[in-house]
Amino acid sequence: MHFSFLSLLRNAFSAHRDWPEQWRSPEPKPAYDVVIVGGGGHGLAAAYYLAAEFGIRDVAVVEKGWIGGGNTGRNTTIVRSNYLLEESEALYDHALKLWENLSQVLNYNVMFSPRGVMMLAHTTHDVQSFKRHFHANRLAGIDTEWLTPEEARDWCPGLNIARDIRYPIVGATLQKRGGVARHDAVAWGYARAASALGVDILENCEVTGIRRAADGSIEALDTTKGVIAAKKVGVSAAGHTSVVMDMAGVRMPIESFPLQALVSEPLKPIVSCVVMSNTIHAYISQSDKGDLVIGAGTDQYVSYSQTGGMQITAHTLDAICELFPVLRRVRMMRNWGGIVDTTADRSPILGTTPVPGLYVNCGWGTGGFKATPGAGHLLAATIAKGEPHPIAAPFSLDRFARGRLIDEAAAAAVAH
Amino acid sequence: MLLITCPYCGPRPEIEFAARGEAHVARAAPDADGEAVAASLYVRSNPRGVIAERWRHVAGCGRFFDALRHTVTDKFVATYRVGEPRPDLAAPAGAGEGTR
Repeated sequence: MHFSFLSLLRNAFSAHRDWPEQWRSPEPKPAYDVVIVGGGGHGLAAAYYLAAEFGIRDVAVVEKGWIGGGNTGRNTTIVRSNYLLEESEALYDHALKLWENLSQVLNYNVMFSPRGVMMLAHTTHDVQSFKRHFHANRLAGIDTEWLTPEEARDWCPGLNIARDIRYPIVGATLQKRGGVARHDAVAWGYARAASALGVDILENCEVTGIRRAADGSIEALDTTKGVIAAKKVGVSAAGHTSVVMDMAGVRMPIESFPLQALVSEPLKPIVSCVVMSNTIHAYISQSDKGDLVIGAGTDQYVSYSQTGGMQITAHTLDAICELFPVLRRVRMMRNWGGIVDTTADRSPILGTTPVPGLYVNCGWGTGGFKATPGAGHLLAATIAKGEPHPIAAPFSLDRFARGRLIDEAAAAAVAH
Repeated sequence: MLLITCPYCGPRPEIEFAARGEAHVARAAPDADGEAVAASLYVRSNPRGVIAERWRHVAGCGRFFDALRHTVTDKFVATYRVGEPRPDLAAPAGAGEGTR
């Protein structure tokens, strides 16, 4: 089923009752060439690129809940690539370039809206740090601009640039190619496109064990829907990566923390871009529906509870109210938590593992959504070739033992 | 917000405390290789279940202590002083109960 103006018109005559289901819900086959563990955006994208670009169509995605129900459906949908180091710039810009054509490629409107991502500087230290990012980005060919407070307010009307607030705005960087996308549509679009190419999407299918052959390589997965044999397995399980990798006997250098977000009641258009502040810890954008989407920080302890402390969100709302005094009377509708898998250097882990046939994509921490197409593509390339894709190679699991960390703590935006 | 029982001061709200990561992590030996150093610096058990972790009562007595906490419910199972062994959970739990 191809979405087009004609198909939309045809279905309008039947009151949109006859649209087919967007992806199949098959029973698991006994064996697959590749099984992806985790049906979020990253895992579904990996399955799609395996089938679409690398010709591997005997693929299954196993998901313990429903697709896109984890961090894919819980993030604040911000897309940007203004990271500091060359390895990260290549990684995140690879993803951003895929975002730009994603709706056309998938024939599914992911509502990617490059409305600009503005990051606010409040202190001398911020200015020094951001200018370093600014110059590094320009050297790498990534679009970025430096704004004075007045220019920042002109770009995003309503921003409070008064000098007498606790953390006055003294400058900002702006990446105009950055923006937001519709998170659910990303999962659904990849699922639909992957399913059409023969990928089996197995929801409510939790992995309970990983079986290894006598030579140590991957043999099969125990799941709540039976044993599924697999030649290769890609783990893309975000906050639960440690739990899954433990089943294969691999200990991971990650810790899982709760990260919260919240949305307001719907408003008329008022916040025209994405505004982020690392120092006072707030980020805000407005969805096409009109809700203000606000991201808070991580809690300080390891947790899988998908909820967090109210003092964390209260702290973020304090910051939002100072940046946008006009929003002080806005009511919040919902808040929720997701579990983010963080590494010591705030960079992801993407590549091979000590177990033959087992690949991993994790450690995206608080910023995985922006990388969805890129992470999926690089995981697919790595699984297909059996060796890390050149862009993913610096993000290998063994970088910790080699001491080649990629420190993006300042670019990761969420303080943790 | 968590309610945390400091072994020195009693139950206090979480904002008085700073989490200091997993407890009982042995430092690598001076002549250890890269794998062992990386394991002690970066690899954590990150369990979905009971975790032993170090906390500090920064806005109270200032002292460090260890705690057992369940990472799905976030409830504290026990808190104990630094240097004491990890409590055996097979014994009936009760000390230092906390709740969100």
